[in-house]
Amino acid sequence: MTTEVSTLGEQAPSGYGAEGGEKNYLNETSGISSWLLTLDHKRIGIMYLACILSAFFLGGMFALLIRTELLGPGPGIVEADTYNQLFTLHGSIMVFLFIIPGIPAALGNFVLPILIGAKDVAFPRLNLLSWYLWMTGATCAVISLIAGGVDTGWTFYTPYSVSHAMNGVIAFATAVFVLGFSSIFTGLNFMVTVHKLRAKGMGWFNMPLFIWGIYSTGLIQVLATPVIGITVVLLMIERALGIGIFDPALGGDPVLFQHFFWFYSHPAVYIMILPGMAIMSELVAVFSRKHIFGYTFIAYSSVAIAALSFIVWGHHMFTSGQSRLVNMVFSGLTFSVAIPSAVKVFNWVATMYKGSISFATPMCYAQSFLFLFGIGGLTGLFLGTLNVDMHLHDTYFVVAHFHYVMFGGTVIAFLGGLHYWWPKIFGKMYNELLGQIACLLIFIGFNVTFFTQFMMGSQGMPRRYFNYPEIYQNYHIISSLGSYIMAAGFFLCAGYLIHSLIKGKKAPANPWGGATLEWQTSSPPPLLNFHSEPVVGDPYDYTDLEYDPETGNHTKPGWVQGAA
Amino acid sequence: MKFISSLFDSFLSPVLGKDKTFWMPEQASTYAYEIDYMFSAILWISTLFFVLIVLFMCYFAWKYRRREEGELSQPSPSHNTTLEITWTVIPIIIVIWMFWKGFTGYMDMMTPPQNGYEINVIGQTWQWNFEYPNGYIDEELHCWKDEPIIVTITSMDVLHSVFIPAFRFKMDAVPGRYHRVWFEPTKAGEFDLYCAEYCGTGHSDMRATVVVHEGQAEFEEWLAEASNFLCKMPPHEAGKKMFEGVGGCKACHSIDGTRITGPSMKDVYGTEETLKDGSKVTVDDNYIRDSLLDPQSQVVAGYDPVMPTFKGRFSDGEISAIIAYIKSLKEGWVEPEWEYPPECAEDGEEGAVEKEDTSL
Repeated sequence: MTTEVSTLGEQAPSGYGAEGGEKNYLNETSGISSWLLTLDHKRIGIMYLACILSAFFLGGMFALLIRTELLGPGPGIVEADTYNQLFTLHGSIMVFLFIIPGIPAALGNFVLPILIGAKDVAFPRLNLLSWYLWMTGATCAVISLIAGGVDTGWTFYTPYSVSHAMNGVIAFATAVFVLGFSSIFTGLNFMVTVHKLRAKGMGWFNMPLFIWGIYSTGLIQVLATPVIGITVVLLMIERALGIGIFDPALGGDPVLFQHFFWFYSHPAVYIMILPGMAIMSELVAVFSRKHIFGYTFIAYSSVAIAALSFIVWGHHMFTSGQSRLVNMVFSGLTFSVAIPSAVKVFNWVATMYKGSISFATPMCYAQSFLFLFGIGGLTGLFLGTLNVDMHLHDTYFVVAHFHYVMFGGTVIAFLGGLHYWWPKIFGKMYNELLGQIACLLIFIGFNVTFFTQFMMGSQGMPRRYFNYPEIYQNYHIISSLGSYIMAAGFFLCAGYLIHSLIKGKKAPANPWGGATLEWQTSSPPPLLNFHSEPVVGDPYDYTDLEYDPETGNHTKPGWVQGAA
Repeated sequence: MKFISSLFDSFLSPVLGKDKTFWMPEQASTYAYEIDYMFSAILWISTLFFVLIVLFMCYFAWKYRRREEGELSQPSPSHNTTLEITWTVIPIIIVIWMFWKGFTGYMDMMTPPQNGYEINVIGQTWQWNFEYPNGYIDEELHCWKDEPIIVTITSMDVLHSVFIPAFRFKMDAVPGRYHRVWFEPTKAGEFDLYCAEYCGTGHSDMRATVVVHEGQAEFEEWLAEASNFLCKMPPHEAGKKMFEGVGGCKACHSIDGTRITGPSMKDVYGTEETLKDGSKVTVDDNYIRDSLLDPQSQVVAGYDPVMPTFKGRFSDGEISAIIAYIKSLKEGWVEPEWEYPPECAEDGEEGAVEKEDTSL
């Protein structure tokens, strides 16, 4: 097939290419422009993957520097101002450049259209634009370092950020603004895709749950992100022109900023965790080889979480001096979010009942997720309880809590998803044993690092402290050691994944025995995703799965998994 | 067995202990118990749920492990409405209880009693000031046991937050707003006070000591003594005390010539400085006084206008003391002849320094 990739989308050929041999989306065209100008959702997904993993590496390095500095109180490897920049960069890179785009834009871009049997997303050009906006945002973030640095924390609280902070604030606020649009476009694109491009016969309730999760995420991205955009623009105006909006010295209100900021940033927490939950639903079902338990409950709980996420932002501000009535309402609403999350966890565990459970690497990550997200979710109860939060607010308890959710939840699910779809994306298998060892290292390192932080937090250790009283030093040392174990796990993981690209065994079309549509096509898939019209059925029906011990492939009656 | 009992202790300890425990620092305020009780209760409930989830997960994973590739699962239902409703409703009931207990406990924390001792707390980068009813400002928070202390918290510049772990007390200091909250110490002694809201370079050094006296008499004695410091020491030493203490000056002005947020005070007296607008000024008594009362008006070139004003916070006597201290930082300085401010002589020991109650 010689069709230019750039015509895909608008004038997609009606039939599926009967291309023979090894033609797939990776070798269909070549050259740098075939990537930079591609409209293929799979290639855009891979470009995202490369970029967000670079951001993750960078953010992780900053984290290691932070942990090393905190081995002792006072100046160690850096001074206070540098330390403040380090945690600001760690936080904002991880949030804005890695976790928010992480699962939807990288993995979601690759698998979402395939999972619903589409040839691409609804707006392929917009999809490419999203990636370019991400790149622009990342560039602005780098410029902010040259322009004087940022030391506000990822929250940009006023009036510090408008009157006292370093000079890189405007550049970084621009980065957040631009990245916001990248996120909005991705969310919008996926929502339209899910509405309009589902394969024939795929109703809402036989979509894979991954789609429900990403769809709910899109909903939040589209509705909440504009608020952070406006907020950072106001911040820039105030800082550059001295117009009083948030700074009381100019007649503004600093608490207003917190409301604006969290009106986006709390829903953003669910932009981060919902896709993680979405991956979990796939992993647990496939590796238990059992129909997901309580499909409808899980599907609706995603939407419920998305809706509730908009009305709980005030729980970040219990000590800000907002009125008692407001605190009461936000505390009550906060507890309501606990319910749909708990329901999902129960359903995943119940799915394993009477299954045929495999311990392949993605499932190891799924089990880690249940453990870590369990702790992350349950510690949210402490923070939602008003009087207990008065003590725990802004301590390491909060730091530990959101790392258990964001890292133990989202990042672990991301890694699970990455290992799950890796054979599909690149057509290569990685070393299974090394995968399991890396997962174990990350799991152990993570708990050592962050469980310790719960303990020092409830003992009173405030967050964002460069210098600290000596009573907390032992906790810090243990926590730092944990982070090194974790780092070892990540380097191992990077090592065998890169090795698999070069020397990995060729992956079969369906190595795990999945029943969703992406396993009905070759690994890696052809340019237009499928070799013939995919067969749509129950995405979690494994009863008629056939296994071929020779190739390690699984198939189902009627499936066409390769070129004829 | 020993392990199990210590594990038990670690869970119960927040409630049982009055001293530092596995999870919590010592309890030293009236509402600390209530908070620790809730912490403990949630810890138990969470642990129960967590252990159940992990036990089921591990049991299923072992019991139903795949024995050979290609094996299918045993048939079992893919949903069960009764079960699903049950595990939705039970958590709902539990969280309603948590919410209610947390809320009522919070209301107790937020409602100051009618008759308490009032102290104003002022945060600035990076120093806490505690202003007592007689107008005296100290860098330590002094109070006494079994007396409700009503604190009115505000900030001079950016956000700060008063956090006293032993009291389980936390409230943000917001510029332009007053937060009136309270606590009642139950133990005499010294406790740490931290700034819990990020405020820049010196954030982690913005700590203070809370001193809880045994009784009111002891406290009053301390207050009288401390309020009188201008009559107790030479002016340059009084100035040094303020420079390093309540003024918080040393956070931004070094005395050894190193440049930090603001200009160093070493050898600065009597020199000529260039201001932002290009004009020149001699650092004399008047300039220092103006810089304290209206800091933004004459900023030295190359520095940010971030210094808070001390108008209404420093009395004339205190400003003179600071000037005396800055003079003493000049090389070759010899202690001049000095005498106590005129007020000191008038009424001897007690309350020598009468100051207007400028409050905030």
